[in-house]
Amino acid sequence: MRTRYRTGAWSAGLALALAIVVLLSASIGPVDIDLPVVAMATLNAIGIPSSVSASVDTTTLVGVAVPAPDLAISYTYLFSFSIPAKSELIVRELRLPRIVLGAVVGFALGTAGAVMQGFFRNPMADPSIIGVSTGAAVGAVATIAFPLAIPFGLQTAAFVGAVVTAFAVYLIATENGRTPVATLLLAGVAIQTFLGAVVSFLLLQSGESLEQAVYWLMGHLSASGWDEVEVTLPVVAVLFVVLVPFARDLNVLMLGEEDAQTLGIPVEWTKRVLLAVSSVLTAAAVAVAGVIGFVGLIVPHVMRLLVGPDHRILLPTSALAGATFLVATDTLARAGPQELPVGIVTAALGAPFFLLLLVRREVHEL
Amino acid sequence: MTDLLSVEDVTVGFGEAAILSDVSLAVDAGAFVGLVGPNGAGKTTLLRAINGVLELDTGSVHVQGDAIEECSTREWSQRVATVPQDTSVSFAFRVEDIVEMGRTPHRSRSQFGSTETDRRQIADALDRTDTTQFRERPIDELSGGERQRVFVARALAQDTPLLLLDEPTASLDVNHQVEILGLVRDLVGEGRGALAAIHDLDLAARFCDRIALLHDGSIRAFGSPEDVLDPAVLDEAFATRTAVSTNPVTGSPTVTARSTRDDGDRRVHVLGGGRLGARAIATLDAAGHTVSAGVFRGGDVAAETAATLGVSPVTTPPTGEVGPGAIARAHELADEADVVVLADVTVGSRQWVLDVAESAPAVVLLEDRPIEDRVLAGERARARYETLRDRGHLADIESVPLAVAEAKRELERFADD
Repeated sequence: MRTRYRTGAWSAGLALALAIVVLLSASIGPVDIDLPVVAMATLNAIGIPSSVSASVDTTTLVGVAVPAPDLAISYTYLFSFSIPAKSELIVRELRLPRIVLGAVVGFALGTAGAVMQGFFRNPMADPSIIGVSTGAAVGAVATIAFPLAIPFGLQTAAFVGAVVTAFAVYLIATENGRTPVATLLLAGVAIQTFLGAVVSFLLLQSGESLEQAVYWLMGHLSASGWDEVEVTLPVVAVLFVVLVPFARDLNVLMLGEEDAQTLGIPVEWTKRVLLAVSSVLTAAAVAVAGVIGFVGLIVPHVMRLLVGPDHRILLPTSALAGATFLVATDTLARAGPQELPVGIVTAALGAPFFLLLLVRREVHEL
Repeated sequence: MTDLLSVEDVTVGFGEAAILSDVSLAVDAGAFVGLVGPNGAGKTTLLRAINGVLELDTGSVHVQGDAIEECSTREWSQRVATVPQDTSVSFAFRVEDIVEMGRTPHRSRSQFGSTETDRRQIADALDRTDTTQFRERPIDELSGGERQRVFVARALAQDTPLLLLDEPTASLDVNHQVEILGLVRDLVGEGRGALAAIHDLDLAARFCDRIALLHDGSIRAFGSPEDVLDPAVLDEAFATRTAVSTNPVTGSPTVTARSTRDDGDRRVHVLGGGRLGARAIATLDAAGHTVSAGVFRGGDVAAETAATLGVSPVTTPPTGEVGPGAIARAHELADEADVVVLADVTVGSRQWVLDVAESAPAVVLLEDRPIEDRVLAGERARARYETLRDRGHLADIESVPLAVAEAKRELERFADD
């Protein structure tokens, strides 16, 4: 009862914070737009999918025509405030896609971070600990260095690189159907180091596209549109819904795997599900936004200090706080005279904050 | 009737590395079985084989007739609850959250909060383990003993017919040791079964209906505490010398481990009974000496102590003259001894105590009462006692082993010269 109440209260509060940050962020930019106009433009942009039609197109890949599914989604819009067309265009087509994608990516990283820290029983774990981000980087940088002519080529390559890496790390660390988390961690570190070398090599080969590759590696939300949101949002939403029923299992797992087993948790199966879901979640985020550090580490950590270790509260609050944090930092990243990759901002803000927690002994258990 | 828990021919780990080999054990509903044995005997391994954490290499484990391999993890956890040995938690879960986790086997994944049954079980478990006052506290702020009780509460909330406890009293104060084991006794009285690894043999004897002695991965003895706590059985398992007597308060067997330290073949004979004699015998025995004692009157506390430690004392009836046979036996033992200890001896008219002491090569004296109260046989006896005192070593009870060692060394030096 108490848990349900606390979860509801915290989630509502954070959702409100997210809404405020989204509106503020949408009002900030080279063109000044008043908040009420921003609010109306944002409400106008809220669409509910009303019909989906699928057709098969053909795409030319390496000179061969390949069939590619093409989903056309039509939306019903709930609001239609009348506002200046120019303002509506700026908010709806330039600022909102980026903000919404930032929120989705932050939501995914916050969730995956909370799951990974519980899974590894280690507050220093973050979604990239088993090599997901580095795997994505290999895919992305390879596509930048050697471009492929497929839609979402870079994102697809990054996603595939991330998932394949996570799966490889899992296979390496598994013996006789058991995957000790310590082995998983070590295998992740080793694979990350190896893939780091691959990324460096690819960067050397990338020639003129070096700058683009480095920019991707730093993590960014620029050049994002509704197309990315359309793919990422449903994936993240579905995976989050899959994770929520595991909140209690995560709590029990934090007491240790042996305890969890005696309390009726099928430990290895649960670990596989959690690992797979959080890896795909991270991969989906990293594929569209590049390597954004510290969100998955710091957000769940701070939330644990605030709401306690119970994942029934920690999971939704970390997700919402991750979304809020990333939208806010991305606003900072693009508000300055020169736009910065958001990964720089999250790391630059996150690391000192983490050190502060460390010095104040708020973070001590490992 | 089928047993609640039946373990048959369980082997864990193959060949020479077998941690458990062919272990069979049964726990009835309503029985509290204690698992004792030296460290590394396989007590924890056996519990982990029963609760499903370890896979069996051979053999079978059944609870209420269901085989472990035919139950899912969840189904098994509705039958067997475990109180782990290590209760350290590095995350700040509230005590109530921890106890609530005990309800995990009874909940579906989609259930977010607690049902009425859940809440009742949790409140009941907190209440019975006397942890209700901690319910809001973070678990990592509790002491080891308090945490232990919280984990017992978690196992209670799990509401299973079988309870496994791995060293439930290891980190508890003596009052909570008794409380927790008393609680387990009560639960067992309600028709559950309990199997607990307990390293304290006295506690096991006091609270358990049956005791299984595990040594080197197999059951060496299984039966009532009186049968299992037999010095001959214990000595082999624990590789020490033990003495078993009856605890005067609880009436259950109590085990005293004795030193196996062997300081050469130092033989000591203790003369003089009473409290000081009893303590001298126990102290010297603990220090590794081979002790003989007597003559004691029947019913003397020193005679009982000697008997407990496996020393058969020379005794004589409580009243009347000390028989010539007993005195002759005392002479024999004293002659075989290196050192004779006079523990606050009383010298009667026949002065046989002085006869025995004077024939000994070395004498250590313990004194409590004044000489005039003890040496009652006139000036002559008094003079003899003073002479013994001059050539012997005076000691108090703490320094008796030291004084004996000193006396023995002097003796050896004298022999070398």
